[in-house]
Order: sequence, then structure tokens, then C-alpha cells
Amino acid sequence: MIVNQFLVLAALLFSLGIYGVLVRRNAVLVLLSVELMLTAVNINLVAFGSMLQESVLTGQIFALFVITVAAAEVGIGLAIVVLIFRNRSSSNIDELDLMKW
Amino acid sequence: MSFGDWITQSENIVFLVIALPMVAGAVMVVTSRNVVHAALTLILTLAGSAALFLMLGAEFVAWTLVLVYIGAVIVLFLFGIMITRAPIGRDAVRLDHRRRWPAALVAASVFAVIVTATSLAFPDTEIAEGVVRTDSIGEVLFNRFVIPFEVVSLVLLAALVGGIVLARKDPE
Repeated sequence: MIVNQFLVLAALLFSLGIYGVLVRRNAVLVLLSVELMLTAVNINLVAFGSMLQESVLTGQIFALFVITVAAAEVGIGLAIVVLIFRNRSSSNIDELDLMKW
Repeated sequence: MSFGDWITQSENIVFLVIALPMVAGAVMVVTSRNVVHAALTLILTLAGSAALFLMLGAEFVAWTLVLVYIGAVIVLFLFGIMITRAPIGRDAVRLDHRRRWPAALVAASVFAVIVTATSLAFPDTEIAEGVVRTDSIGEVLFNRFVIPFEVVSLVLLAALVGGIVLARKDPE
């Protein structure tokens, strides 16, 4: 195994996530695409961690932190989406232009 | 290393067997017309990345990913979909923007830049074999990284409280 195969796969997942964030209009689907990008970052972290073989295991520890923060982000994000849906009966991010100047 | 040398190693065949469904699942997540299918195909990608973590010897991270993501986050997403989109799959046109090529252009350029950079920086760097045991992760987590660990637990607590406060109905 070379490290670049994992990096290329992670780059592919990350760019698919960028495409999803830019092209989707439903807020839940945008959050799903963000999860895709975070998964790509996790793959990068673990691959570099096992390439460097350090004693403090920084790659895996940071992957764990990313997983934790992603879980918190999904909880808060979905709560906000549900709240917006309750107030405006739509989760379409094009229509949420209240803060647009 | 040429592609012929690369593909003859058995572990790289395993890698391809895991990676190709992952990419297919990711493509389905960003293109699917059905919201529930998008959430379910994300499971494929996440399970594949857990399998890759097992290949890399990161067992604890792999099972944490299975528990937290596939067990909890996907269920949360399905709840969110059910709550916010009652007519699932009926108005399929509304899910995407009409013009997709600028987004595809941005994504393709990001991919090209990252792949060029990593291929130039790590052309043949091998990954050493070896499994990281869970007890060594715990030892590092509670010695070297104990303050970030506590901060992350505080973040989770804040997210818990925030989720409850946001989602409950106001008592009039």
C-alpha cells in the first residue's frame, strides 16, 4: 500500500462533497455532503497517521475528534433545519434569504 | 511504482474492492433524486471508510466510526428527512440547482489541485504495516491529549443542550 492511493480517494470524496454542497438545495442534503467531506478528512488523517508511525498517534486521535465534532454538528444542524422548517415550512436554502443584504 | 506493480499486490485489490463502492455511494449521495436514498448510500461510503481504517490498522477509530456514524448520525439524518420533507420523492426537481456545471467545475479543479499536490509530494511513500491497539489509544488520549479530550466533551455537552433548546416548543 502506498499512501497516495488513500489521498487520491480522499480527494475524490472531498470534491464530491464540494459538488454536493454547491448544487443541492435541500438543507439536509447539504449536511449530508458536509459529512462526505469530513469522511475524506478522516481518511487523510488516519492514512498519514499510519504513514508516520509516531508514538503519540496524532492522526487517529484527531480522526476521533473530527468524528465527535461532526456528530455535534449534525445534531445542532438538524435542530436548526427542523426549526426553520417549522417556522417557514420549507427547508430549501434558496428561500432562506432573510439575512441577505 | 507503475500501475502494473501496484495492482498485483493483493492488499491493493482489496483496497479497490472497498474504494469503488465508496465512490459509487458518494456519487449517489450527491446526485440521487430521492433524499432517503441519499442518506442510505452514505452508509456505503462510511462503511467503506471503516473498512479502510481496519486495513490501516486503526481498529478503534473504525469501530467508533461504525457506532457513531452508521449507528447514530444516519438515524438522525433519517429523522431529519422524515420531519422536514413529508412528501418524499414527489417533487424531485426541487432538490438540485438547475445549473450544475459551475459546481462541477469547482469540484473538478479542487480534485485536480489536491491530486497533483499529493502525487508530487508522496509518489511512492509506503505505509508501514501494524495495528494500533486500543489501550495505546486510551493511554495517549488521557495523557498527551487530555485537555482537547475534555474540551471536546464540553462541545458535545453544549451541542446536547443547544439541540434540546432549539428543538423544543416554547411554552407560551
